Amino acid sequence: MTPLLDVRNLELGLRHGAQAHRILKGVSFQIMPGETYGLVGESGSGKSVTSLAIIGLLKKPLQILGGEIFFEGRNLLALPRRKMRSLRGSRIAMVFQEPMSALNPLQTVGRQIAEMYVQHQGKSWAQAQKMAVEALASVRVPTPERRVHDYPHQMSGGLRQRVMIAMALACDPALLIADEPTTALDVTVQAEVLKLIRELCAARGTAVLFISHDLGVIATMCQRVGVMYAGCLVEENATRELFVDPRHEYTRGLLGALPKLGSRGLHGRQRLVDIDSFIADRSRLTDTRFIAPRTPVSGEAGS
Amino acid sequence: MNAPLLSIDDLHVRFPLSGSWFGRQRRMLHAVNGLSLDLAKGECLSIVGESGCGKSTTALSVMGLQEPTQGSILFRGKPFSGPQAPSRMERAMAAQMVFQDPYASLNPRQTVWQSLAQPLRLHNVTARSELSDRIETVMRSVGLTPEQATRYPHEFSGGQRQRIGIARALILQPEIVVLDEPVSALDVSIRAQIINLLLDLQEEFGLSYLMISHDLSVVEHMSDRVAVMFFGQIVETGPWSAIFSDPVHPYTRRLIATIPDPGAVLGLSREAVVDGPAQAPAGWRFADDGSSAPDVTQEPKPSELVEVAPGHFVRLSRS
Repeated sequence: MTPLLDVRNLELGLRHGAQAHRILKGVSFQIMPGETYGLVGESGSGKSVTSLAIIGLLKKPLQILGGEIFFEGRNLLALPRRKMRSLRGSRIAMVFQEPMSALNPLQTVGRQIAEMYVQHQGKSWAQAQKMAVEALASVRVPTPERRVHDYPHQMSGGLRQRVMIAMALACDPALLIADEPTTALDVTVQAEVLKLIRELCAARGTAVLFISHDLGVIATMCQRVGVMYAGCLVEENATRELFVDPRHEYTRGLLGALPKLGSRGLHGRQRLVDIDSFIADRSRLTDTRFIAPRTPVSGEAGS
Repeated sequence: MNAPLLSIDDLHVRFPLSGSWFGRQRRMLHAVNGLSLDLAKGECLSIVGESGCGKSTTALSVMGLQEPTQGSILFRGKPFSGPQAPSRMERAMAAQMVFQDPYASLNPRQTVWQSLAQPLRLHNVTARSELSDRIETVMRSVGLTPEQATRYPHEFSGGQRQRIGIARALILQPEIVVLDEPVSALDVSIRAQIINLLLDLQEEFGLSYLMISHDLSVVEHMSDRVAVMFFGQIVETGPWSAIFSDPVHPYTRRLIATIPDPGAVLGLSREAVVDGPAQAPAGWRFADDGSSAPDVTQEPKPSELVEVAPGHFVRLSRS
């Protein structure tokens, strides 16, 4: 089977005169049609810029320094902007972390969903408005025929995120990029939204690139997981294997740093792994994928 | 058992909602409805619940930042709220708070040294040598070097800033520390360090923590006792092991079941504790199963906390 998305040796960063500062240092991964692939990592590891590069929304001064992104056989990085624009939303769609800042506060949610049909499928506004009601119903918004007239601020966080999902899935994209879609939500709402994404994408055969820093969410959502650290993909495996048998030191550290539900009952309270000391112990790793020693964010070594 | 350090008895907090100014009946939002809690010395009590359930309002009442509408808060048997409440200076020696976002709670124009020295000066520690000594001690105990105190908050990483937030809370050596989502703004690896630090400090100084969190895996790791809140009321409270291994109330069970837990999903660490519907003990029923949001402008239906196991209480109504 040919992969739907094939990211090959992607490098991006800032160019400073003749110098290039790389933020992504050669990231490669593939997503099969209908597959849910997770990218997990801490802030600054490069998972969000990877997704922005795929959907073509990188902002200056960030730029692609090398590599290729093949989507349905075409290299997205070589595509003219107009082509990319028609692809974005119809074949590749994105759900952002904070729906309040991703939705237009001055338009009703119905119109924002309808715009997808008008732009990408050439429908009339009247038709599109009707389709927007159906789209809202499909993401299980109660009383969708009333809710289409709401503005984003009139909705709760969970409903807004459902609207985002309705917009993203409006044109049946082949790939949905979900960048921390539930981080801003309460746990019970999070569970509902995750279930919704899982069920809708499974029913439509949509592949998902799921980005999160929460290993628990990743485990419930994804078939395969890539772990990112400092601009590199340090480990990739099927979800179960990754959690049962993490190979890379960083992955092991990350899993150990997580308080696991139920483990206190079984083993008593154990000290959580301090990832810094964990990695400092073995500064050189035998793995072919090398992991750089952790560099602190500002000035002094992170304590 | 000794008398509790902090004792909250039948706490009610209501906020007026906009409505008729002249009407007799002003609509009130019932944020906290008859909450009673005891916090023992050296214990970590966690309040969990969704946004809007009143957990932060409860914490603010303990800190004296929100006057209770009704009910009392006692600290070492003396009133901690109402007309006989201690002054802010005395209160500061008893209870301090660690906030969720350390950057928003530190003054960006003050060096860490200034931020830490100010409360001491207000409490009549003015000798330069003593100030330096105490700041040095507290900086070391949160895992920073005393030299770092000359810097400004923006010069630190997120985890270091939270350490400074903790140092600021500890500088007056309070007995109670209210932790309001202390790690939810932090990355996974930093989170582990701060949790370890908080547990170390609790042991070292015998601190009592009142922790507010919605992250149940952190709650299970840190707490001695847990109180589950739902719309202004405690629906279940008990030792951490009872809440997590034997939850009774449907809301607690739902909350635990919704955590995306890698172990449970992949069938690794344990059996799911929440199989099948919740069973109320004989002769009782659940007043509210927490499946839908109640009307917050109304008094909740009468119900009581019933002890189902030693120290383990569940909110039930007589059937």
